[in-house]
Amino acid sequence: MVRLITHNLLACHFRDVQIELREAEFNPEFLKGFMPKLEWKALVDAARQLGDTTLPLEVPEMLDDEFLKNLHHVLLEIHVEEGVMSCPNCKHDYPILNGIPNMLLAEHEIG
Amino acid sequence: MIPTPDLSHLTAKDYDHVYEPAEDTFLLLDALEEDERELKDLNPSISLEIGSGSGCVSAFIGKILGPSVMLDVINASFASPLTTRLKRAVDIILFNPPYVPTMPEEMSDAQDRRGISGSWAGGTDGMNVTNIFLDQVEELLSEQGRFYLVAVAENNVPGIQERMSRLYGLRSDP
Repeated sequence: MVRLITHNLLACHFRDVQIELREAEFNPEFLKGFMPKLEWKALVDAARQLGDTTLPLEVPEMLDDEFLKNLHHVLLEIHVEEGVMSCPNCKHDYPILNGIPNMLLAEHEIG
Repeated sequence: MIPTPDLSHLTAKDYDHVYEPAEDTFLLLDALEEDERELKDLNPSISLEIGSGSGCVSAFIGKILGPSVMLDVINASFASPLTTRLKRAVDIILFNPPYVPTMPEEMSDAQDRRGISGSWAGGTDGMNVTNIFLDQVEELLSEQGRFYLVAVAENNVPGIQERMSRLYGLRSDP
């Protein structure tokens, strides 16, 4: 059940994902407070990759209700259950199984 | 009194692999409950638990800060995949580490084998695992952020406090 909000904090790209949509309680204050912590372009890219085009390319001046509802859906209601996260920095692929990304290196990958 | 998270879905078989919440877990829950007011006043947006085991502690902090809190799980080495993006961004860090003093080999073997003893075997002074994470803490904590660490006397608590103050300017209460 890794949500896009968490994925945005891991700085990797998705590949071959299976998602599930699950409703979450809408909390606009939380979203407004979290905005500064988001890597906006990465979030928009990830959302588009998963089929959601509701987010604007640039952070809007006004965080109106419609924007916040779209943001809420993208950040908190799209769950990646299976897939791969590809890290451009360390050039590793990390699997997501049962909604849990496994960021541990295998024995042979260390050192 | 906030009730302890429901553990009834976990069986003895699970506890072969996952740390069964014990006195040290409940000590941490008590500390968090005592700080309920301050924690709420932080208006926290991100809480990070290292070594979450059954998830009991994170579920509990979710209850304190509720009503709706999102919990995601990542299998990782400490906070390593998050340190880039979470610089100075984590409001609450929680860690009930393997703190029991053991031979260093016992600690590293436990970690290598990913066995249940990895949940308590702490190596020299019970600090081998904790020490690694202590160096990640300051970079992760937000301005008003708090780090809750479970420790025993053998870990030399005043020493930990002194080191975190000297190296990182972090205040503490034992």
